[in-house]
Amino acid sequence: MTESKDIWVFIEQEEGNIIDVSLELLAKGQELADILGSQVWGLLCGHQIDELANSVIHHGADRVLVVDHPELALYRTLPYARVAIDLIRQHQPYIFLIGATPSGRDLAPRIASAEAVGLTADCTDLQIGDYTAKKEKQEYKDLLYQIRPAFGGNIIATIVNPKTRPQMATVRPGVMQANPPDKSRKGEIEKIEPAFESSDFALEVLSREMREPTVNLKDAPIIVAAGGGVQSADEFHLIQELAHILGGEVGASRAAVDAGLVSSEHQIGQTGATVRPRLYIAAGISGAIQHSTGMDKSNKIIAINTDPSAPIFQVAHYKIVGDVAEVLPLLIRAVREKAK
Amino acid sequence: MSYQSIVLVKQVPDTRNITGEVMTAKGTMNRSALPAIFNPEDLNALEMALQVRERYGGEVTVLTMGPLKAADVLREALYRGADRVILLSDREFAGADTQATSYTLKCAIEKAGKFDLVFCGRQAIDGDTAQVGPQVAEKIGLPQITYAESIISLENDEIVVQRAFDLGSELVKCSLPCLLTVVSSANRPRPASARKRIAYKLAAVPAEYPDLLEKWPEFETEKALEKYLAERNLEIPIWTVNDLEIDKNQLGLSGSPTQVYKVNFVVLESTDIKEISPTAEGIQELIDELVKEYVVG
Repeated sequence: MTESKDIWVFIEQEEGNIIDVSLELLAKGQELADILGSQVWGLLCGHQIDELANSVIHHGADRVLVVDHPELALYRTLPYARVAIDLIRQHQPYIFLIGATPSGRDLAPRIASAEAVGLTADCTDLQIGDYTAKKEKQEYKDLLYQIRPAFGGNIIATIVNPKTRPQMATVRPGVMQANPPDKSRKGEIEKIEPAFESSDFALEVLSREMREPTVNLKDAPIIVAAGGGVQSADEFHLIQELAHILGGEVGASRAAVDAGLVSSEHQIGQTGATVRPRLYIAAGISGAIQHSTGMDKSNKIIAINTDPSAPIFQVAHYKIVGDVAEVLPLLIRAVREKAK
Repeated sequence: MSYQSIVLVKQVPDTRNITGEVMTAKGTMNRSALPAIFNPEDLNALEMALQVRERYGGEVTVLTMGPLKAADVLREALYRGADRVILLSDREFAGADTQATSYTLKCAIEKAGKFDLVFCGRQAIDGDTAQVGPQVAEKIGLPQITYAESIISLENDEIVVQRAFDLGSELVKCSLPCLLTVVSSANRPRPASARKRIAYKLAAVPAEYPDLLEKWPEFETEKALEKYLAERNLEIPIWTVNDLEIDKNQLGLSGSPTQVYKVNFVVLESTDIKEISPTAEGIQELIDELVKEYVVG
C-alpha cells in the first residue's frame, strides 16, 4: 500500500460556529493537497454539529469526519484526543493541522505525544518541499515545511518531520487567508461513532465563559503601542490618551503585557496580533523581532525610545530619541492643536 | 490530606528584552549576550505548588533538564522554598525536541516517587511551544489542566481549577493525579528568602565541587566538602541516562522526530528614516507632515 498523502484539518467550533483559523487551514490545506495530489479531510467534533459539515466542504474539505456525541459538546482534552488518535491510527493521514488556539495548543501535543510524532507549534507558514537528512544521507520527498519564528522571534526556522506520520503542526490564527465558501463544492460526509473509555472523563467542565474581543487591532487605522519603556500607569494613560484622540487602538509589546500594564488582547507580534495600520506609534518599544514581525508592514511608523541604537529604529520611518513621558505629552498637544 | 508535588522548570535565555547591544550590525542576534533565567511561568508554577504545600502539607520536588549551568535555577527554587531539587543532565539528553524532552521527563518523574500533582509553566519563552506539559501528561497517562490560573479547591482526590484564556475562562474539576500548566496571571511568585539563600548557599551538583573547593579553601579535600554537604542536605543530585529506566533511542537529538531544515535570521531592512527632535517644535512639524500626507486626521 502506498502512503496516504491526505491532509487533515481539525475543525474547531465554539457554540456551533466554526472558528476562523479552521477555515484558514482548510484553504491552506487545499493549496498543499493540490501539490501533493491528495485530499483534504476535516475532523469535526462536537454535539449537534451536523449542519456544520457542509460548511467545512464549502471551505475546502473533500471529506468530513463528523463525530457528534454529547460528551464532545464542550472541548475537553481526553475525549477529543481519544477520537483524534483512534481516527489517525485507522486512516494514517500524512499531515494533521490544528489551529494554535487555547484548545488546539492543548490537544495537538497530546496527540503528538501519544503517537510519538513530531509537532511544530505556532507556524506562520506551511510549504511542501524535499529534505535531505545529512547524517543518514537519506532523501525525503514532499515533506511539510513547518515554518515558525523561534527564539523570541529573532529567527525563522523551517522544521520537518522526516520519519513520523502524521506530520503535525499548529498554525497561528490570522496568518493565512480563508477562502470564501463555495457552495458548489461537493464532498463526502462520514459519521463516526466514538469509543470512549471511562478514564477519558477524569475531567469535567463545571462552567465556561467566553467573551467577544473588545480590541480590534487588525482593523485599526492607527495604533499607539506601549513597550517595556513605559514604566508606570501614568505613562500608560498617555498612550491611551494619544490613541483616543487619534481615533486609534492601544497596542502593546510583550514586555508591556508581561509588566501587567495591559491585557494580552492588545499584544502585537509573534505571540499576538499581526497589524498593518496607516500609522503605528511605538512608544518605549525596543523592537525585538518578536514584536517587529507583527507591525513592520505598517504604512508609517513613529518610534520613540531613549536608546538611539534600539532595533525598533530599523523599521521606523520617524525616529524620536527621547523619554515617552516627555515625548507623548508633546504629541498629544500637537494633535490637539491640529484638531482645533 | 497532604499532596506531593513535582514542578518541571526550565532555564531559558531571556529573549524578552532584546536591546541594541544584543543585535549585531547585520540584524542578527548575539545569543551569548542574553542572560540565562528561570523561565517566568515556571516561577508561577513553583509558587502554586508552594501554596498547595503551605495549605495542605506535602513536599515540593523541582526537576529540570539541562546543562550543569541549569543548577542555577534549582538553587533559585531552593531559595524560594522547594524541598528537593533534581538536575537531569546528560550529553545524551541534549538537542531534544519536545517529544524527546517529554519522554525523558516522564522517565524522571516516574523515578522521583509518588506524586499527586505535576506543575509546569504554560510555556517557555525561548520556544513558546506550550507542548512539553501536555506531552508529559500523555506519556504518564495523566489528565491535564492547561492555562491553570487558580486552584479553587483541593479535596481528597479531586481538584477544581480556574483556567484563564485571553478571551474567557473555564472552571474544571479533575481527579488526581493530574498535571497543570500555569499562566503568569496565576500569582505573584515569592522572592527568594534571605534565610534560605544563606542556608542553601553551598547547594551544588557534584560537578561543581571543584569550583566550590576553590572558593572555600577551608575544605581541604573534596571528600570533606562532600561530607559537609551531605550532612546538610546540600547535594543536588544529577540524574543521567544510567540513573533512569529509559530507551536510549528516544532521547536527545537522535530521538527527536522534528529536525531543523534551515534557520533564517530575520534581518530588518532599514527604512528611510527621519530623525525628529524630541521638542515641541520637532513634534509639531512631524504632526504637520503626517496631516499633510493624510496619515493623521
